[in-house]
Amino acid sequence: MGPTAKRTWIQAWLFLSPAMILLIAFTHYPAAVTLFHSFFSTPRGKRPAKFVGLENYQTLIADDTFWIVLVNNLWYALVTIPLSIGIAIAMALWVDSKLKGRSFVRMAYFTPTVLPLIAVANIWMFFYTPGFGLIDQIRGAFGFAQQNWLGDPESALNAVIVVTIWKEAGFFMIFYLAALQTIPASLREAAAIEGAGRWYFFRRITFPLLMPTTLFVSVNAIINSFRLVDHIFIMTEGGPDNASSLLLFYIYETAFRFWDTAYASTLTVVLLLILFAVAIGQFLLLDKRVHYR
Amino acid sequence: MHFTKKLGIGAVAAAMSLSLAGTAQAVDLQFFFPVAVGGKAADTIEALTSEYAAAHPDVKIDAVYAGSYQNTVTKALTAARGGQPPQLSVILSVDMFTLIEEDAIVAFDDLIKTDEDKAWLKAFYPAFMENSQTGGKTYGIPFQRSTPVMYWNKEAFKKAGLDPNTPPATWKELVEFGKKLTVKDASGNVTQWGVRIPSSGFPYWLFQGLTTENDVILANSDGNKTNFADPKVIEALQYLVDLSAKHKVMAPGIIEWGATPKAFFEGESAIMWTSTGNLTNVRTNAPFDFGVAMLPANKRRGAPTGGGNFYIFKDSTDDQKAASLDFIKWITAPKQAAKWSIATGYVAPRADAWETAEMKAYVADFPPALVARNQLEYAVAELSTYQNQRITSIFNDGLEAAITGKSSPEEAMNDAQQKADKILKDYR
Repeated sequence: MGPTAKRTWIQAWLFLSPAMILLIAFTHYPAAVTLFHSFFSTPRGKRPAKFVGLENYQTLIADDTFWIVLVNNLWYALVTIPLSIGIAIAMALWVDSKLKGRSFVRMAYFTPTVLPLIAVANIWMFFYTPGFGLIDQIRGAFGFAQQNWLGDPESALNAVIVVTIWKEAGFFMIFYLAALQTIPASLREAAAIEGAGRWYFFRRITFPLLMPTTLFVSVNAIINSFRLVDHIFIMTEGGPDNASSLLLFYIYETAFRFWDTAYASTLTVVLLLILFAVAIGQFLLLDKRVHYR
Repeated sequence: MHFTKKLGIGAVAAAMSLSLAGTAQAVDLQFFFPVAVGGKAADTIEALTSEYAAAHPDVKIDAVYAGSYQNTVTKALTAARGGQPPQLSVILSVDMFTLIEEDAIVAFDDLIKTDEDKAWLKAFYPAFMENSQTGGKTYGIPFQRSTPVMYWNKEAFKKAGLDPNTPPATWKELVEFGKKLTVKDASGNVTQWGVRIPSSGFPYWLFQGLTTENDVILANSDGNKTNFADPKVIEALQYLVDLSAKHKVMAPGIIEWGATPKAFFEGESAIMWTSTGNLTNVRTNAPFDFGVAMLPANKRRGAPTGGGNFYIFKDSTDDQKAASLDFIKWITAPKQAAKWSIATGYVAPRADAWETAEMKAYVADFPPALVARNQLEYAVAELSTYQNQRITSIFNDGLEAAITGKSSPEEAMNDAQQKADKILKDYR
């Protein structure tokens, strides 16, 4: 290796190292330790941890709550991701066009994103309260009976999902808005001359050009669907009877309420595997459809 | 490492006492406290700690507000696992077994030496001590303790043609009164419910009111056996479910704790069950005349106790433990306990606190403050076992399944008992 090559090599490592050190310290090392802990029992006071092999994984397979929570989380992801992305695109198209008070509408759509999720949850709690909450007040005016949205296992998870979408859509809208503004106006003019309809134009021009943004947004949306649980603490605590509990919330409960850190590690390994599989799938499937310019 | 750390602290302390010439060796204490009922409790605790510190210049207390009960135990245990626990903390009385199992706390019997101290330990209400003692030792000192009570709206009673000064005294009356108090509008929608027994988050607590009244206890005092599938427990759960499903005097589904006082103020419910810790809140905010009563009886009267105890953590120096004990003795002494009780509505944990002039004046002016204390005579230990949070959570899931109609009370309780047995078998 010549001196120049060597210098390049050192420079490369120097440039890499800040990100790499952070990534290893806060992502790879904890993941490895978590995997390691999942093969041990939980240490308690005088009883140290001992190797138990796959026992925690056997517990997991027999754990009803885990399966309820997993199904809940899949439903949560399945509903929140497409809906929040769809609404984000609609809102972005709306506030991108030339309407009066455009910046006010943009701000209004973006406001939920700025609020902390805990505050959002408290506001929505008041909307949902049976009897004197906002939603029941409005329904009452039309002669409908009281509805206990958060206290009914049929509706609790969906009530939580609505809050997530309300919060997420505004955030994604910003990315779409930025992407829309990079689409050259000449394309629209050309389409107008050719006599293309608005829907045709959206389907064949706008939407394909938004694909890189959609990929970025959908990666974020998937991560968020496993990450956002703050409002569950405030609104339902996972209840009634785990109807609105999600995987990360269950992990928190297991680790910091039940102090069963070994089992919590096992659950975390499952979460990591899910995210890993989703990320791989996303890049293999979606990347082909994305055209970067 | 540990020994050298102690040596280091000793050296610093020695240097400090030399430089302060004449003062005794200074002790630093860290004290975690939770707040479950609004801002006034925090102010009162801080005022009391500074008062103590002013009278004891050799002791420095750092009072740390640690959030809800749940946050406090999480913070204290995390700190203890990291080797830096607080010296003392107020934590839920039901977390005693967890703290013992984590080897985080010391028994008060090991710190107490004089006969005077022994007498001090005996002066607390026995009902509160049930959640403070196990295996013949005392691990917690009652402080922020409560019982659930029943509040009723006297104006709503008058409108329904009931005597505004007579609350329902039995389960049967609760249903009868509830039917009269449930008001519907022209299209048949309910505008005022008869009863409200909140069930979000920790339904087991108020439900334990019902099980106690049905003359059954939920767990043994060793904390390793539960009675969830007892027919009397199932019967009590059936009653709770029937209030909504059959008698239609209570809103269906899970009822929110936090919104309960507000629902009461808004006239959405004519009767509510909630902690006596809400007493000052209701007194300040109810726009109508209200009454406070013990929970209604069935086979007997009864209620669980609730709230937090003082615990002393193991990983501290002997001086720190002695100073912690001294502080706890001071803050639970009649005068301080009375001050605390008047500011919050929590039940002063010792009979002699109720004999102070301040307390007597307060009670004469506001007799409802006595209800929770008088109920102590019928009160039992709050549900507390090893792996308490997990067992309680299993039990709560079962209750919620029955309340929302997903399972029958019998199925739900049998299932909960089975799951609890699986976890507790290691502790028998």
